[in-house]
Amino acid sequence: MSKLEIRSPLPGTFYRKPSPDAAPYKADGDSVAVGDVIGLIEVMKTFHEVHADAAGKITFVADDQEPIMAGQPVAEVEA
Amino acid sequence: MTIRSILIANRGEIAVRIIRAAQALGIRTVQVHSAADRDMLAVRLADQSVEIGPPSAAKSYLNIEAVLKAARETGVDAVHPGYGFLSENAAFAKAVEDAGLIFIGPKPEAISLLGDKVEARKVAKRAGVPTVPGSDGRIDDLATACAIVEGIGFPVMIKAAAGGGGRGIRIAETMADFERHFPQASAEALAAFGDGGLYVEKVITKARHVEVQILGDGTDAVHCYERECSLQRRRQKVWEEAPSFRLPENVRQELCASAVALAREVNYRGAGTVEYLYDEVSGEFYFIEVNTRIQVEHPVTEMITGIDLVQEMIKVAGGAKLSVRQEDIRVTGHAIECRINAEDPARGFLPGPGTIETLGVPTGEGVRFDTMLYEGYTVPPFYDSLLGKLIVWGETRDACIARLADALDNLEIRGLATTIPLHQALAADPSVASGDVHTRFLEPWLETDFPAFVASKEVA
Repeated sequence: MSKLEIRSPLPGTFYRKPSPDAAPYKADGDSVAVGDVIGLIEVMKTFHEVHADAAGKITFVADDQEPIMAGQPVAEVEA
Repeated sequence: MTIRSILIANRGEIAVRIIRAAQALGIRTVQVHSAADRDMLAVRLADQSVEIGPPSAAKSYLNIEAVLKAARETGVDAVHPGYGFLSENAAFAKAVEDAGLIFIGPKPEAISLLGDKVEARKVAKRAGVPTVPGSDGRIDDLATACAIVEGIGFPVMIKAAAGGGGRGIRIAETMADFERHFPQASAEALAAFGDGGLYVEKVITKARHVEVQILGDGTDAVHCYERECSLQRRRQKVWEEAPSFRLPENVRQELCASAVALAREVNYRGAGTVEYLYDEVSGEFYFIEVNTRIQVEHPVTEMITGIDLVQEMIKVAGGAKLSVRQEDIRVTGHAIECRINAEDPARGFLPGPGTIETLGVPTGEGVRFDTMLYEGYTVPPFYDSLLGKLIVWGETRDACIARLADALDNLEIRGLATTIPLHQALAADPSVASGDVHTRFLEPWLETDFPAFVASKEVA
């Protein structure tokens, strides 16, 4: 079993939901496929999707609505 | 009461601008900031600074209680809201007044009245300001709709009363079109929004965005002539000018007088902007909205009139009468402002923060650069992408564009991508030179002319 990290492509604010009232894209323990949207990064008032670049069971390490740096891990995926 | 100290409830370049205006008036400044903005230029320039929350604007610059707490604890007389954030929030203006402080802007009642689109349109009509012809509210049956459309002329826009963000809009070019679209639009609106109500509005094709700067002291009001901001991308202004040089003199007089009438109607206090669409073909102008605050592009007006708008708004907020009479306000020359954003025009205007490695600012007669940048400053990712505004004045518009092109070539910002190349291309463009532009000019131009300009520069 291997653990892979999904890293933020941009610096900004990380969101786990598409909008404040919506459900999170993924919950801890969900299985994800490569290319699945797992969150959003808001940078300078524009939103950019974060995609899973590995398949498996996801566990988030970044908090919702919190600042994030480029390259910082967003989640871990257990293949 | 004369204002002796001001809290600046904003960030970035406008916070710097307000601090400089306050310092020129001998006023003490207190700058609030988020945890991400400890190093910003306004914090360094202010007499005192207070951290009011985490990076998220919702928890800092938009947090009314946190801003007021800082104001009370530092004992300031007044609060300047800048633009964006809480600047057009009537509840904030009222909370500032209720705390016994001066809000540097209009009264809360005027902010809330002019902030409501339907109410603002009513105020405009009362003041005799032309509004975009339309149904003035919802219409439910085709016969009534046809009668209204007959009066306003084609093309018309059919909009869902419950719609928004561009959804539920159809355009009809002829009456036959209209009779076909109207019932369909109603059914669509019912399905999409649960409300089949529609309203209609005349489409102004090839409109120019023209706006009038107003100043009021609560009793008297004047205008400082107009600006033109037709070059827009995604409804964001990119390049602004003053005056709107192709506007006929009689239209200019009427336009400016209508803005003053509107300001008087609400006993306006402070600096504000009345925005219009101008149809060059018919010579008609139509009211869009009022912005009850200082605007990003205010410097072009300062450059052609010599009036310091930020100082003036501070003075009238302190109870002074307007320092200028209408007959003293004259236009000299032409000014253009370029918004320099941390966006990469070569990559679809992708915004990107970064650290400023080199900053070279052009100087000389008629050149001004309003910015919050300094070498070594790291632009945070949490707020908008505006880095600064290059403002250039010339005796004529042609001279202004020539000077602007030089200034752009001498503006050096290294460490992140900026929109400087976009402005260099605009400054060299023949349509921009002749002023043959409208609000939907820039987006198609970015697809065709801009890549061609970039390619030609690379070859050279």
